[in-house]
Amino acid sequence: MKYAAKRILVLLVTMVIVSFLAFAAFEVIGGDPATAILGTQATPERLEALREELGLNRPFLTRYAEWLLGFFTGDLGMSYQYRQPVLELLQSKLSVTLMLSFVSFILIVAVSIPLGLLSSRMVGKRLDGLHTAFNQLCMAVPPFFTGILLSYLFGITLKWFMPGNFPGLGNNFLGSLKYLFFAAISIAIPRIAMTVRMLRSIIVREMNQAYVRTAISRGNDRGQVLRNHVLKNALVPVVTFLAQTMAEIMAGSVVVEQVFGIPGLGRMLVSSVANRDYPVVETLVVILAFWVVLAGTVADLLNQRIDPRLRLGADA
Amino acid sequence: MKKRLFALMLAMSLVSAVLAGCAGGSKTENPGTDNAPTLKELNIGIAQDLDDSLDPHKNVAAGTREIMFNVFEGLMKPTSTGDLIPAVAESYTVSDDHLTYTFKLREGVKFHNGQTVTPDDVLYSYNRCMEDNAEIQVKLPANIDKVYVENGDICFQLTEPSNEFLSYLTVAIIPADYTEQDTKPVGTGPFKFVSHTAQDSVVMERFEEYWGESAKLDKVTFKIIENADNIVLSLQSGAVDLFAHLTTAQTSQLGAGFHVEAGTMNLVQALYLNNAVAPFDDVRVRQALCYAVDREAMIDLAFDGYGYPIGTSIYPAFGKYYDESLVNNYPHDVEKAKALLAEAGYPDGFAMSITVPSNYKPHMDTAEVLVQQLAEVGVTATIQPVEWETWLSDTYVGRQFESTVVGVDAANMTARSLLERFTSTAGNNFVNYNNAEYDTLYAAAQASFDDAEQIALYRQAAANLSENAANVYLQDMADLVAVRDGVEGLNFYPIYVLDLSTLDIAA
Amino acid sequence: MKKRNAYFVAGLILTGFLTAMILLGLFWTPYDPNAMDGAAKFLKPSLQHLMGTDGFGRDIFSRVLKGAGTTYGIAAATVAIGGICGTLIGALTGYFGGIVDDVLMRLGDVLTAFPSILLALVVISILGPGKTINVMIALGLVFIPSFARVTRTAFASLRDVNYIKSARLMGASSGRILWRHMLPNTWDVLLPALTIGFNNAALAEASMSYLCIGVTPPDASLGYMLSEAQGMFVRAPWYAISTGMTLVLMVFGMGLLGEGLQHRHGEVF
Repeated sequence: MKYAAKRILVLLVTMVIVSFLAFAAFEVIGGDPATAILGTQATPERLEALREELGLNRPFLTRYAEWLLGFFTGDLGMSYQYRQPVLELLQSKLSVTLMLSFVSFILIVAVSIPLGLLSSRMVGKRLDGLHTAFNQLCMAVPPFFTGILLSYLFGITLKWFMPGNFPGLGNNFLGSLKYLFFAAISIAIPRIAMTVRMLRSIIVREMNQAYVRTAISRGNDRGQVLRNHVLKNALVPVVTFLAQTMAEIMAGSVVVEQVFGIPGLGRMLVSSVANRDYPVVETLVVILAFWVVLAGTVADLLNQRIDPRLRLGADA
Repeated sequence: MKKRLFALMLAMSLVSAVLAGCAGGSKTENPGTDNAPTLKELNIGIAQDLDDSLDPHKNVAAGTREIMFNVFEGLMKPTSTGDLIPAVAESYTVSDDHLTYTFKLREGVKFHNGQTVTPDDVLYSYNRCMEDNAEIQVKLPANIDKVYVENGDICFQLTEPSNEFLSYLTVAIIPADYTEQDTKPVGTGPFKFVSHTAQDSVVMERFEEYWGESAKLDKVTFKIIENADNIVLSLQSGAVDLFAHLTTAQTSQLGAGFHVEAGTMNLVQALYLNNAVAPFDDVRVRQALCYAVDREAMIDLAFDGYGYPIGTSIYPAFGKYYDESLVNNYPHDVEKAKALLAEAGYPDGFAMSITVPSNYKPHMDTAEVLVQQLAEVGVTATIQPVEWETWLSDTYVGRQFESTVVGVDAANMTARSLLERFTSTAGNNFVNYNNAEYDTLYAAAQASFDDAEQIALYRQAAANLSENAANVYLQDMADLVAVRDGVEGLNFYPIYVLDLSTLDIAA
Repeated sequence: MKKRNAYFVAGLILTGFLTAMILLGLFWTPYDPNAMDGAAKFLKPSLQHLMGTDGFGRDIFSRVLKGAGTTYGIAAATVAIGGICGTLIGALTGYFGGIVDDVLMRLGDVLTAFPSILLALVVISILGPGKTINVMIALGLVFIPSFARVTRTAFASLRDVNYIKSARLMGASSGRILWRHMLPNTWDVLLPALTIGFNNAALAEASMSYLCIGVTPPDASLGYMLSEAQGMFVRAPWYAISTGMTLVLMVFGMGLLGEGLQHRHGEVF
């Protein structure tokens, strides 16, 4: 319990700091929602009047305090740009990005774990060098490049999906999933390569440990040792790594969303920064920070389940 | 060995299972084609999200107004030929002294929410645009003394006559007691607004109780495709059937199944110069830049030859105000440009920056060509790309720039909407043009209500801009619209709107 | 161990070749990379234009040379800024520990939770957009925490090693211990981290330029060129492919180099 309380505290503090930093950043960048709203109608007088109207003339700290208070009472404010409650605006975007992250994550796990096991057995074999090189090559492929190639191959040539026509999770769930799958492939390729590589080095290191050698030299089946001992010990760093991957996928999906025209959080982040729509940016930043901290916490909790020794460390 | 094979097969079967699931799923697509063949639906791509208020009196984004044109109407309504016809009004009369306009309301015009338009709604709508409210961006001209209802007619009392008054009555009429215009707009147009999902889509349906000729399409879905690089893809994949404002690089890739219709964008694209900063405060320098730029070559390079060179701040669709001869004021002439620069004290040229809103690809392309052309006369130009928001605050409002490539459009079909900004005291005179003769000409034109005299004065004002090289005028860009074969009835307007009411899908 | 170093050699050859081409591109390109030619739009790859031409008739090969140079330069500068600052911070906090360590590492956690694109965007907005140098600084700052973390772990693990303890007992100053005794022993961790950082920076630059918040025209960078190329894919697929493959090869070469470095002393897999 003490642990849970500590994590929640870390979460809250991180979110407050991050939101403050984002708020402060807007002060430094300059520009405000009034300019974005007025567009080419803007004149100094009109700007001043609109700022007054929207309450943008008040001191920076007052506005931040107001936002923070609203946030803790469940009111995320209104988007200046869309004149819509932020929550309503972001709901569908968040679910799309979450879904894209999940599909990518499942793809990464489903492909990289078998491949990682396979790869750990190839160490020292003839094709090992080529395999490692191929792995490096996959890591070098930027998701947006794969995305461009995939959308032409599967979208235009093979017509397996319709680029530019994301059906929307609410309208056509399976169709949306299919659409997201292609985006997920481009996110997953370099991530799979990284995971395979990580898995392989952990397994090989474990297999070279004295206890494993002893077990095998005593005549135990290699596979059995792998399943019963090695995997269990390897699980802790793997879980940590995967949690980090999960956190990074979400923050990194912005580019792939752009390539595939997926209406997720990424585009919203870029456009609301450009329009200085700070209630939206603040919420987005807090969501992303929450996600990063959450992934870390989940990894910690899982690891403590796997290896009870870690529990002491966390509470101490 | 067996285990290894097993693992490999597992991985492969997983991938192929998911892939197979995908391929199978594609049959369930194409909604609408099987259940109701008579339903006419069209998907139109738009490059800008409707990322401001949808209230017709509050928004200013050209992209929003372009689409919402189909939802709203005023007492008057513009046509594709640039004329004004009565819309919510049935007819109007003007008093002999040109000071009182009386509008007779059309019988039984309905709002999309089912209410009938009353004189009070009209009064509310126009009064709203005269109030002192910073959120209302549409402002009626100051010469309106009062608006009132008399025998069910709407009357406008002016303090001084104006030829342009009717143009302002295209301002949308909205229901008086309705508070959700920002997100769920209600008007009287041929299409009613259904939904807007930010950065995704806008849906409109035909308004069955429209007073005029009914629209032909049942439903229009605007797909918001903000990444310009995805436009061709979305047309080819079948996601959208029509996309306006494309570049030739895009239209040339379309291939079979599409045709391209070309109109004009109706804006004045120019290398706008900050007339208040050196060296652009010297008319010779400005003229030198005009000679240095080869408009035809620029249009050839960046626009595949599509575009209409212009010589002043009036574009061709303005008909009577447009003076074609001004285009020839500055033929491409490197030697003359160099001579003028030398005369102005810059024999070796100078360095300048061109600020460009980076999300507008055509302006970016134009600027890239200009940099090359200016280099030939010794002027070293560097492009400074900025976000649109930064452009607005620093360049447009703050006037902190040397030069910028953008297109300036007209809010309505009055010469005023294009020319007023170059008077020395105008709040939106972002180029700081300051010419006493121009101010006099413009004021005289405004004061005149003899049509012929006013036109002559406006044309003189436009010529003044050209002679003094207020800016390096480039072109009115071509508006290339990709249209899927079978879709017909596209009409171009002299203002920036996309009219859905005449669009149809051939059987 | 000979085979392991095949990675190093292969990486060195690939990276060396690309670096040579990029250096060449600084002084000479077959065509002016920004020169437009209306008569030579969308030409297929040929002997005149090795990678064809784009929609302005510009030679793609020349642009790729320049663009790769920009991407390369930004990645190198990012690694330099992030590496130097990160190593410094990581070394000090790892060695001294204590409250400063706690605070800085927490700050690092917070920065990790901040979307890196937003962070870079903010820095660029502050410094003024459209300048390559500002992209370098922005990315460099964004990369400091990750370098600091790697270095910190390496230094912290050495802190209580016997020979460091004895050096301390013998009265060596902290600076001397850090510089002479610890730093050389962390190269095995730092060098691969630098190559990985280089690759991440190259990809981050490309992503940002792809989103048009990084390097902007007429400066070519591989990311910006790819975003342009995507819009021309139907008519000029060679544009996207040659640009994308250059980026892939660049990162691949550096990745192999890192792989080789990690295997320098044998049993690291």
